[in-house]
Amino acid sequence: MTLLLIAVGAAIGAPLRYLTDRAIQARHDSVFPWGTLTVNVAGSLVLGVVTGLPATSAWTALLGTGFCGALTTYSTFSYETLRLAEEGARFYAVMNVVASVVAGLGAAAVGFVFAQALQ
Amino acid sequence: MEHEPVPIDADIDLHVPAERAELRPSPVPVLAAISAGGVCGALARYAVARTWPHDPGGFPWATLVINVTGCLLIGVLMVIVTEVATGRRLLRPFLGVGVLGGYTTFSTYAVEIHQTAAAGAPWTALAYLAGTLAGALPAVWAGSALARALIVAKAPL
Repeated sequence: MTLLLIAVGAAIGAPLRYLTDRAIQARHDSVFPWGTLTVNVAGSLVLGVVTGLPATSAWTALLGTGFCGALTTYSTFSYETLRLAEEGARFYAVMNVVASVVAGLGAAAVGFVFAQALQ
Repeated sequence: MEHEPVPIDADIDLHVPAERAELRPSPVPVLAAISAGGVCGALARYAVARTWPHDPGGFPWATLVINVTGCLLIGVLMVIVTEVATGRRLLRPFLGVGVLGGYTTFSTYAVEIHQTAAAGAPWTALAYLAGTLAGALPAVWAGSALARALIVAKAPL
């Protein structure tokens, strides 16, 4: 059952990352990877909420391990950081790391605190 | 021969014409490939996390290993996608966006940093934060370099 819930969450989360990234890129022309930053921060916020609630293992599997895990990505984040550096956009590369870590941690904390306050 | 620009964003980069057009005429094959890949990646991540649990306040080795190995593999894959198997339309969506995107995770990384610090181990949390970055970024580079050395050198472009 856990495996099925993870699979369902991931089957939605992964294409949602792709579609969100596309939609964000279609609205600006910067090489800065705003799309990946957005999904990583949003996924960290949702996972913060999930861990802050007295969640059952079923919700954790579906929303946490499946959906948030597949919505967010470390491989794309790292790849684009390297590519920005290769293209000479060193400032963007550094800012991508700093912004992703700071905003991701902040979002996870906000989600956790919010969920705790609901109880 | 005119080469396509190499993407910055491994998931989707609209600066690359072939990627911009990949949802036409139908978005179903690409989205289905991403979805199926995402399921495989997430289940693989779950398997690694299950076999390598950590105590509260302990170092989250499983996620670090997942993220670093996923980064090594995206480095390899993107060389194959952009320089060798350039005509394979579903290769990047399935393996890159789906499998590796589903396998690696930023949300668990962020939450585990918090949980480790909240469990009274702030230095372990900081070491995990920095250690993942220090492993993941060079891993992409190493994967690309390895793929270039092993594959591209031998494959006629």
